[in-house]
Amino acid sequence: MSGVALPDAGLAAPVAAEAAPTRWNPYLVGAGIGVLSWLAFVIVAAPIGITTAGAQIAGGVAALFVGQEAVSANAYWARYPMRLDYGTLFLIGTAVGAFLSALLRGGLKVEHVPSVWAERFGPSIGRRFAVAFLGGAIIMFASRLANGCTSGNGISQSLQLAVVGWTFFVTMFASGVATAWLMFRRR
Amino acid sequence: MFPVAKETALWLAPFFGLAFGWLLERGRVLDYNVIVNQLRLRDFTVLKVMLTAVVVGGIGVFLLVQMGAAQWHLRDANMGGVVLGGLLFGVGMALYGYCPGTGFAAAATGRTHALVGVLGMIAGAIAYAYAFAWLRGTVLAWWNAGRITLADVTGLPMWLLYGLLAVVAVGLFVAIERWEARRRAAA
Repeated sequence: MSGVALPDAGLAAPVAAEAAPTRWNPYLVGAGIGVLSWLAFVIVAAPIGITTAGAQIAGGVAALFVGQEAVSANAYWARYPMRLDYGTLFLIGTAVGAFLSALLRGGLKVEHVPSVWAERFGPSIGRRFAVAFLGGAIIMFASRLANGCTSGNGISQSLQLAVVGWTFFVTMFASGVATAWLMFRRR
Repeated sequence: MFPVAKETALWLAPFFGLAFGWLLERGRVLDYNVIVNQLRLRDFTVLKVMLTAVVVGGIGVFLLVQMGAAQWHLRDANMGGVVLGGLLFGVGMALYGYCPGTGFAAAATGRTHALVGVLGMIAGAIAYAYAFAWLRGTVLAWWNAGRITLADVTGLPMWLLYGLLAVVAVGLFVAIERWEARRRAAA
């Protein structure tokens, strides 16, 4: 929340980041994800993706409340059962990688309310948490409906020039820009 | 030799995930401000990362498939699901400030609001599993165009489409860099 004092965090952040050698150029990062995709296609024959594993883990969580039998009887979870397979292990690795990267550059920080949010919607933690929960629920529901998220569809399908990938990329971006405009416009 | 056996792939999965999470963290896309300012069209880091990944990853995978070293992993273009899913996803991403992969990884770097969104994601996945039976008979039954690519839609060869994609992406990046330089000069 220390970033609140910046007059325009949106503009100041990229300039400051260029001075920090611990952050990498976005084109380099993108190329790195591209090369990682080559390796994933060749070595493990499993394109990068997140939310299939997310759905499996949710099935595991649901089993704690309604029991494994009820979960197994569900048509969707029958298709994507909870288990430590490639996707779920990849997802765990993603969290560990982000943690290690942040740790090693001194970037770990507890953040309840990000500065751009606070500038527009105030410092209320409850409000930010409520909207984050709602948004998280929506993106996961939407990802399963679209059969992939920004990673599985937006990157892994788009790089194969798949119609599903590009349709997702364009509709997601257009809708995201429109929603952000409604949220952040000055009334 | 490749792809490796399933058991070997399980061992490799966390390392692929680790590299992905590391790249996301170094690329600044685990920052709420960066993602939301992309949707507000003020910071183009996300587009630079995603589009570079698609171009570099795509051209490489295309060549690897030509050489017989990799296979395509295309998914169905189920148009009802992907269009509605994409539109809904954009709304959720603007509210949450993350997509599933970045939100999950950001939670691992200490951002509590991102962690709350992960709980939302689990709720969203559970909601989807229960809605699936209904969706399968409606939205997902409207129009499944199958595993088609932009080559199938346009009739153009894949190599030409990848060439066009690279040219359009580089042109877009040059335009973005110029715009950012002007913005920095004006600040």
